[in-house]
Amino acid sequence: MNALLAADLPYWAQSLLRVLGGIVAVLLPAGTIVYVFLFKMMSFMQSRLGPMEAGPYGSLQLVAEVGKWLQKEDITPERADRFIFKIAPLVVLVSTFLLVAVVPFGPDAWFTNFEAGVFYMLAVSSVSVLGILIAGWASANKYSLLGGLRAAGQLIAYELPMVLAVVGVIIQAGTMNLQQIVVAQNAGSIFGWNGLGNPYILTQFVGFIIFMIAVQAELTQTPFDMPIAESELVSGYMTEYSGFRFLTFFIAEFATAGVFALIASVLFLGGWGIPFAWFDWSTIDSVDDWMNVVGPLIMVTKMMLLAFIIMWVRFSYPRFREDQLQRFAWKVLVPVSLVNIMVTAILKVAF
Amino acid sequence: MAEIPGDTLRQRIVDDLRAHIGADLIDSVVKPGDDVWVRVSTSAWRETARVLRHEMGFDYFCFLSAIDWMPSPYGKGEDDPTAPPPERDDTIRQGYTGGDTRLQMLGRVTSSALHVGVNIKCDVPDADATVDSWIPVYAGANWHERETHEMFGISFAGHPDLRNMYLPTDFEGHPLRKDFPLLARMVKPWPGIVDVEPLPGGDNDEEGDAE
Amino acid sequence: MTSTESLIDRRQMAYIAAQASDARVNVELETEGMTLNIGPQHPATHGTLRIIARLDGEQVVWAEPSCGYMHRGYEKLTEVRTYPQVTALINRIDWLGSFANEVPFILAAEKLMEIEAPPRAQHIRTILFELSRIANVSLFLGDLGVQLGAVTPVFMAFRDREYVLNLIEAATGGRFHPNFDRIGGLKDDLPAGFVDETRVVMKKLRNFCDEIENLLFGNEIFQSRTRGIGVIPKDVALQYGLSGANLRASGVDWDLRRDQSLPMAWNKADWKVWTHPDGDSFARCWIRLQEVRESTRIVDQLLDSIPSGPVMAKVPRIIKVPEGEAWVSTENPLGEMGYYVVSKGDLGPFRTKIRSASFNNISVVPWVLKGVYVPDIITILASLYFILGDIDR
Repeated sequence: MNALLAADLPYWAQSLLRVLGGIVAVLLPAGTIVYVFLFKMMSFMQSRLGPMEAGPYGSLQLVAEVGKWLQKEDITPERADRFIFKIAPLVVLVSTFLLVAVVPFGPDAWFTNFEAGVFYMLAVSSVSVLGILIAGWASANKYSLLGGLRAAGQLIAYELPMVLAVVGVIIQAGTMNLQQIVVAQNAGSIFGWNGLGNPYILTQFVGFIIFMIAVQAELTQTPFDMPIAESELVSGYMTEYSGFRFLTFFIAEFATAGVFALIASVLFLGGWGIPFAWFDWSTIDSVDDWMNVVGPLIMVTKMMLLAFIIMWVRFSYPRFREDQLQRFAWKVLVPVSLVNIMVTAILKVAF
Repeated sequence: MAEIPGDTLRQRIVDDLRAHIGADLIDSVVKPGDDVWVRVSTSAWRETARVLRHEMGFDYFCFLSAIDWMPSPYGKGEDDPTAPPPERDDTIRQGYTGGDTRLQMLGRVTSSALHVGVNIKCDVPDADATVDSWIPVYAGANWHERETHEMFGISFAGHPDLRNMYLPTDFEGHPLRKDFPLLARMVKPWPGIVDVEPLPGGDNDEEGDAE
Repeated sequence: MTSTESLIDRRQMAYIAAQASDARVNVELETEGMTLNIGPQHPATHGTLRIIARLDGEQVVWAEPSCGYMHRGYEKLTEVRTYPQVTALINRIDWLGSFANEVPFILAAEKLMEIEAPPRAQHIRTILFELSRIANVSLFLGDLGVQLGAVTPVFMAFRDREYVLNLIEAATGGRFHPNFDRIGGLKDDLPAGFVDETRVVMKKLRNFCDEIENLLFGNEIFQSRTRGIGVIPKDVALQYGLSGANLRASGVDWDLRRDQSLPMAWNKADWKVWTHPDGDSFARCWIRLQEVRESTRIVDQLLDSIPSGPVMAKVPRIIKVPEGEAWVSTENPLGEMGYYVVSKGDLGPFRTKIRSASFNNISVVPWVLKGVYVPDIITILASLYFILGDIDR
């Protein structure tokens, strides 16, 4: 949309549109995930109905919840490091916005489109660690501190498998531009048959699994939710937050889940595209403009699918212990992803 | 699976214990089909536990507590607070296996192989309420002795840490001693007393017709 | 036993060595330990238990439970109540399996009075006893998941426990605190339709056990979190007086329902006492799961053979218990619960010593928590399974 609008809109209007688009792209998936999965799917899994009163089938429950949180007092612990305490939730949320900036939603519907998109994505995704760490530290609470430290250790440990899992995709696509990765998948072919394109979930299945595990850990969702660990650390780094600041953490948690699901769909499921062979497209320039409308819908569908998997695991698994998690990351995920890179590289050269 | 214990087994326990600790076993009661009680001298309190655990296989520690045999000067706490206190029998009568002192220790250990338990009592000297701690024999006695200490004011020689278990550190008095008044009953007459009054117009004999 | 002991010794030695090296590092880096208060208000302590833990990083150097936040002084209160009034109090000790609390006290009073409940009352008592065990332990199985981070099992537990509570309510009138047991029998007979309804519910409960076994016990993460964690060897368990599933998980084949003669109906059913050789958290949880299954079997079999007759023996309207002392303990949901009742021939007991299971079960915590990680504190506490009212009385 931006490229389309660039022709006849002044710069400030473009920027405004991008910001609004970014907010929609972050908040809409977050709200949908919270309602569909956290409120409803979780309830059905647990043989209950979930919210039913606010709106049809409780669909306005989230609005009610947001209203409730906004009314609550914003409490800062007496001995907290006030400035850092207050800024921490924003740092976490900012990393979500930074992430969504590189996600392509259609042939022209992107916020930014630059060559090192994957690199940038991996870099800014770790900014949220800083937010969590300073939240844990600034709360002046031992549980929060333990939670923050766990989060730091865990997110650093899982950053590496995530990077290594994506390397396979980069090797296969030959580019770090997310838009080009989408095109490579949809224009590709499997042994000459191009009816399905070549979504990398088929060729990079190991990478996909590792990436999803790392995402689960990066999002601190069960079974990797030790930084929050309600039954041990009483919500960990979030313990001392209330009202609006807790809401910010809450939105960031589910918005990041949505954005990571978007990124995973770009990297492994073909992103916004449909196999180009269906419409005899060959390159991105030949894609019809209506894909700028259909593309985002396809993206959201794929995102919901992946978010479903993330939430499904979250609601059915118990939690690892911190040292078991580290062992799993360093002794299983990292070696497997290294082998995956080697095999991918060898096959890439061979074919 | 061991047999359900019988009276010969219980009598044998008493005999075995007497063989081990001799005259320190002051008295014993074997109630047919029920249970066995022994009373040992205060000095043999820990030795009895050691013998029972290491020589006779009573490896399971059940509980340890005390009994204050003095009748409560407040009765059931159902007195009219305005009336002069009623006369009460204040003779101290100990239960099974007798005794000489107001406070008595009461412990119970069980054999996990024979599934039979033995209740052990010992007198607590009135002058300094102190007995030996059981911790070297049964590590689990720790908390029970702390509880007994705060509830009865009995000290345990060799206990590392006789802090209060339940009550605040600065709590005064020992609540389970009979001379510790139950304040709730002191300040307000107990309504539950109605429960035991004979029903008016009903059968005035004590044999109720149970349905 | 020697192999377990040497294993424990090796674990202890390894732990001490690790501590020594850590201490050196800590001196060099000048890091300090941290004291963490777990509780009194903490989701893992279901109630108000407080654990003071001295941590080095996430490792527990020293831990000590501190109780008394819920002490209600029942032993003192029984001294000013009559025998029939006491059951209303002791219902509140283990509030998840209330009916089971009443039984040993009533049995002790009956023993002193030398009366016995009629066979039908004994039968119904046993059925209600096992129903309260199911109500108690099924909640444990759900709560176990929550402690380990899985939220779903607890809702399944609440769903199926509801059926059991409905049964208890139908029979006794109270869901939580029935106060249904009387000296000499029971307050009432079973309501119409109870037998058929119970059969249906027992089937549901067995189904629930299978569900939990598939969802939780078969899960690799659950196993890695519980296997080998919080090992309590046999002799330690016996010394600390652990009872119930905790003791059987350490390999002691001992169940008070089987191994003593009480005027109850357990010996009329065919069931199995499960033991586990490991003594770790997993063993304790697994034993409890099997116990729920066995309880449903007991109830099913007893339903087939309820004898006819009255539910109340002939007892005086005003109950005076002859002078004497009696100890009765039963295998309650949490473990061995016993009452040592001293009577002076009065309307009420002269002294009652309440031996509750959780008090002994939790007293092993300082021993077993040494050297574990913070998440394992939660696992071990959950697997030892305590009810706070049962510790503080």
